[in-house]
Amino acid sequence: MIIDPGMKTPLKKVKGFGSAKSGTDHFWQQRATAVANLPLMAFMVGFVIWHLGATRAEVIASLHHPVVALLLIMGLASAFWHMRLGLQVVIEDYLHSHLTKFSALALNIAVATSFFAVSAYSILKMSFAP
Amino acid sequence: MAEIKPAANPQRPLSPHLQIYRPMLSMTMSIAHRATGIALYGGSILLVWWFAAAAQSDSYFDLVQAFFNHWFGRIVLFGFNWALIHHALGGIRHFIWDMGQGFKLSTVEWMVRANLIGSIVLTILLWAVAYGVKP
Repeated sequence: MIIDPGMKTPLKKVKGFGSAKSGTDHFWQQRATAVANLPLMAFMVGFVIWHLGATRAEVIASLHHPVVALLLIMGLASAFWHMRLGLQVVIEDYLHSHLTKFSALALNIAVATSFFAVSAYSILKMSFAP
Repeated sequence: MAEIKPAANPQRPLSPHLQIYRPMLSMTMSIAHRATGIALYGGSILLVWWFAAAAQSDSYFDLVQAFFNHWFGRIVLFGFNWALIHHALGGIRHFIWDMGQGFKLSTVEWMVRANLIGSIVLTILLWAVAYGVKP
């Protein structure tokens, strides 16, 4: 690759050329979602424990409040993204052959995003239900 | 993301790993942080199942609720909850280290003990309150 020697700063030349091609993004996203998870998961756990013996009508009634539904969906988004980032590190640590590693990395993203889609859709469906 | 290529010389020494070191609490807690993270990944399907069932139908949700109300389901939930609290406290420990603090050996030892004991105490406390409010 030819890099213009004169017009670019040293920072511009190396940006995106680390071994992961994404700089410190992964590290920062892991930390940002971790901070977000602390209050959001506290709310999630409280919601689930509160509704352990509840009927379906009671769960739907709670989800009718937009703040409740939104806090849960934001919690799911943050937690599932954090989960995806975390398992990616585990996969990269232990799987070294190209085929198994990339299959596992792709499956990891598919599972985490599917979990989010199913749970977020379920909450919205109940929140909007009459 | 670099591909690990087979070593040209198989006699080349490998860097020491887990089996070389005497087990220490700080090392065990580091493994526990990763293990609880993986367990939470697997356990999260229970949360998805619960929300999906509630969106499905009365009869199916009652079935799922009956599972979680059964003693076996309660034990699974309790373990899931402990793993979450343990991983969260471990995360706070890592935040302190990310800030460049708490690297003194005595502080590290204190923090890993607080992580382990705190996770057990907090989980029991939370469930005691939950059973107290709604038995």
